[in-house]
Amino acid sequence: MSPRLSIGFLTLAMTIGVGASFVYNPPQAHAQETKKKRRKEAEAAPVVLNAAAVAELQKIATDRKLRIEDLSAALKTYLPSGTHDEYIIFASGGHSGQVFMIGVPSMRLLRTIAVFSPEPWQGYGFPVGEEILAQGDHQGTEIRWGDTHHPALSETGGEYDGQFLFIGDKANARLAVIDLRDMETKQIVKNPLTVSDHGASFVTPDSEYIIEGGQYSTPLGFSYASVDDYQSAYRGMVTLWKFDRAAGRVDQTKSFALELPPYFQDLFDAGKKASNGLIFGNSFCVESVTPGFKIGEVNFEAGCSQRDTDYLHIIDWKKAEAVFAKGGAKLVNGFPVISIKTAVDEGVLCLTPEPKSPHGVDVTPNGEFVVVAGKLDPHVTIYSTKKIREAIASKKYSGTDVYGVPVLDFDAVMEKQVELGLGPLHTQYDDKGYAYTSLFLDSAVARWTLGGEYASLHSEEPWKLVTKTPVQYNIGHLVTAEGDSVSPDGRYLVAMNKWSLDRFFPTGPLLPQNFQLVDINSPGTTMPVLYDMPIGVGEPHYAQMIKADKLKPWTIYPAIGWNPHTQSIDPTAVKAGEERVVHDGHDVTVYMTAVRSHFAPDRVEVTEGDNITWKITSLEQSMDATHGFCIGGYNINLSLEPGEASTIHFKAGKPGVYPFYCTEFCSALHLEMLGYLVVKPAAPDAKLTEATKQ
Amino acid sequence: MSRSTLLSLLGPRVSDDELLARGFRYLAPTVTLAIARVLLVISIFFPYWSMLLEAPQYPDGLEVIAYVNTLAGDVQEVDGLNHYIGMRPLGEAASFERASSVWMIVAMFLLIEGAASVRSKWAVLLVLPALLFPLGFIVDLQFWLYHFGQNLDPHAPLSASVKPFTAPAIGIGEIGQFRTIARLETGWWLAAGSSVITIVGLLLHRRAYKPLHDLAARRTTTGVA
Repeated sequence: MSPRLSIGFLTLAMTIGVGASFVYNPPQAHAQETKKKRRKEAEAAPVVLNAAAVAELQKIATDRKLRIEDLSAALKTYLPSGTHDEYIIFASGGHSGQVFMIGVPSMRLLRTIAVFSPEPWQGYGFPVGEEILAQGDHQGTEIRWGDTHHPALSETGGEYDGQFLFIGDKANARLAVIDLRDMETKQIVKNPLTVSDHGASFVTPDSEYIIEGGQYSTPLGFSYASVDDYQSAYRGMVTLWKFDRAAGRVDQTKSFALELPPYFQDLFDAGKKASNGLIFGNSFCVESVTPGFKIGEVNFEAGCSQRDTDYLHIIDWKKAEAVFAKGGAKLVNGFPVISIKTAVDEGVLCLTPEPKSPHGVDVTPNGEFVVVAGKLDPHVTIYSTKKIREAIASKKYSGTDVYGVPVLDFDAVMEKQVELGLGPLHTQYDDKGYAYTSLFLDSAVARWTLGGEYASLHSEEPWKLVTKTPVQYNIGHLVTAEGDSVSPDGRYLVAMNKWSLDRFFPTGPLLPQNFQLVDINSPGTTMPVLYDMPIGVGEPHYAQMIKADKLKPWTIYPAIGWNPHTQSIDPTAVKAGEERVVHDGHDVTVYMTAVRSHFAPDRVEVTEGDNITWKITSLEQSMDATHGFCIGGYNINLSLEPGEASTIHFKAGKPGVYPFYCTEFCSALHLEMLGYLVVKPAAPDAKLTEATKQ
Repeated sequence: MSRSTLLSLLGPRVSDDELLARGFRYLAPTVTLAIARVLLVISIFFPYWSMLLEAPQYPDGLEVIAYVNTLAGDVQEVDGLNHYIGMRPLGEAASFERASSVWMIVAMFLLIEGAASVRSKWAVLLVLPALLFPLGFIVDLQFWLYHFGQNLDPHAPLSASVKPFTAPAIGIGEIGQFRTIARLETGWWLAAGSSVITIVGLLLHRRAYKPLHDLAARRTTTGVA
């Protein structure tokens, strides 16, 4: 290369380099990467037990009277400080109206997520979030609690995708959507047809729809009809809520329901893989007896279980979707409902007998079978989804019910019945071809073998009880790791026990529930209980257990001025340096920022009766640097997570001085993070005006 | 400017015969100084310096990363903490240096280019800024660390427990509950490498052109033109 050419080349290189240096942003990620590297290096090496270590363990075991299985359970569940759980449970919070986020195997409560009830720590309903809570009001009646039942993680291809969580409220027939990026409730949908429900929520394999099955039949759409007209005027239902993943919301305009006979529909599950396109839902009380109605001397609950069988509902949701799309639904209380007649005519709905008063209906991971647990029958009944499809195609009916719904011949669709014990309720699966069913009356978890293509995964005979592990006490639901997805992990099972009796120190007449961790990692008859976790809130029902690494929660909001409700930057959010108070007649707008350890502005003067709009942005960008913002006497408490922007409206009340302060211990100057809301009298009193003048 | 002055600045011409005979001797300094120049420009894109701050409530530490023209890392958080001890925001430090550094590097680039083009001892003067740049960076940095650490707002909340201090530009320091670990980063090492290669280039330059100079000088004194 000639010197002249090389000089030209270098000059070009320099020009490009310098030009690039002005558009180039140094990677902020650099710091994060080096941090991660350091964290990795710090990982501990496992202990090698020598004689001294054994002696130390022996001493602890002797002092604390621990058995070898206790030591083993402790070692399997203990997480050293700073290490994280492998799985996360999202559990219903029962009447607390919340969701619990629990780590597995440590069984540590990580946080609660406020859903149907106001919750001050999260600033939910005080008053931020009030507009979400109000979405769930029933015909003008404010509802500020929920009986949360069944959480459902959003799915892609039948796998949990870790993006959203849905949960139903039985008491008020509502459904909530939680965004798992910030673990906050974004939407509550009130069912326009029914007062209460039960089968919510369950999702179709790609979360196209969220299923909300009803329970206690009423006239649809909240209208009145005498209980004496039960058969003609009362109806069951199942609602298919369309989920708009991009918006992160249920799209009520694309949702619809199916009218069902007034049986008490119970739990539902969506078919997957082999049975994708179907929905299964069971029922009880097909006798259609009603409260107050007696058969001789038999009371309602006994009357409700007179017949030997109830009905498993089989719904073709893809056909239902097509019927809805071509206008086959009629509006009830403004909501589209496909009538029983249309559903039957279009081949959307059929029934098949199931042992009386069942509870769980759980599709196997490959979609081949549906397991219905007997509750009042010691068996689980397994239906073949292939046989169901064949029976529908060849119209193998044993008759129709009184509402004209075809009933598939039981023997044509039933695959097996497996006797497990007393009170079978719910079933989950693992990766070894086993199913796990909770036995309420036996107070045990049953492990049993699946057949079909699962038979090769285990060494036992298919369709047989393998072992039962007693749990304490009265188990309701159970959950295994990803146990209702298309690929369960096995490993852990959590028994969700209704009673704890003697398991914990008595807490008065109201006792906690007991979540028990069960080790299901070894095949065969080994299935020990590892850990008891008291749940001192509500009455949890179902839970789902997801691999922790599928969740990608934000640790701070993506940008300063973030509106969690829209999950985007609020263009009107207050920016640093733009803090001020603007008076416009009786309208006052406060533009405030919060950063350790200061609210700016920290003195806000208004006049009695002013309409106040208070905008506040957290300027923090550091993990865990959350500020609270409360105004005493005003029922106001916000949680301002790093970057979050909130706007609240309220009216200035009685004249006086109202301190506001940060309710999180944010920094060494937390107590000093305060200000005054000064409300001046409307008709200025000479003395007071003088006193507030500085 | 007289022709002789210009000649003494630029140095004697290299005859075509000489170039043909010993091309590598004359190419070597040009190429070496070219490498030095390129390294200097590349260094703009790499961090020159970083300070890691370790404290109990920051298990992953906080990091401030200095490029010649900007700051990156946990600057906002560090600024937030600094306001408790009355230190001014980091963005106010060395603002002239950060604004002008790219142009200074452009200038140094052109000066090295000039050094490669002249055939006289003045080449040393031309590369001097680039040669001293890495050292200058450290001196300037230490000045700012001193200036910021010593001039704390006496009315700051924690002024009772954190007295004025000077954090070391390289190595370990201690401020409050923080341990600071400052070290030079890739960009600085690229600049330092550029300096070393520049020195090598100068030696090669001298080897190539000194004999021509000496020859010209001898011819002048002996009157042989």
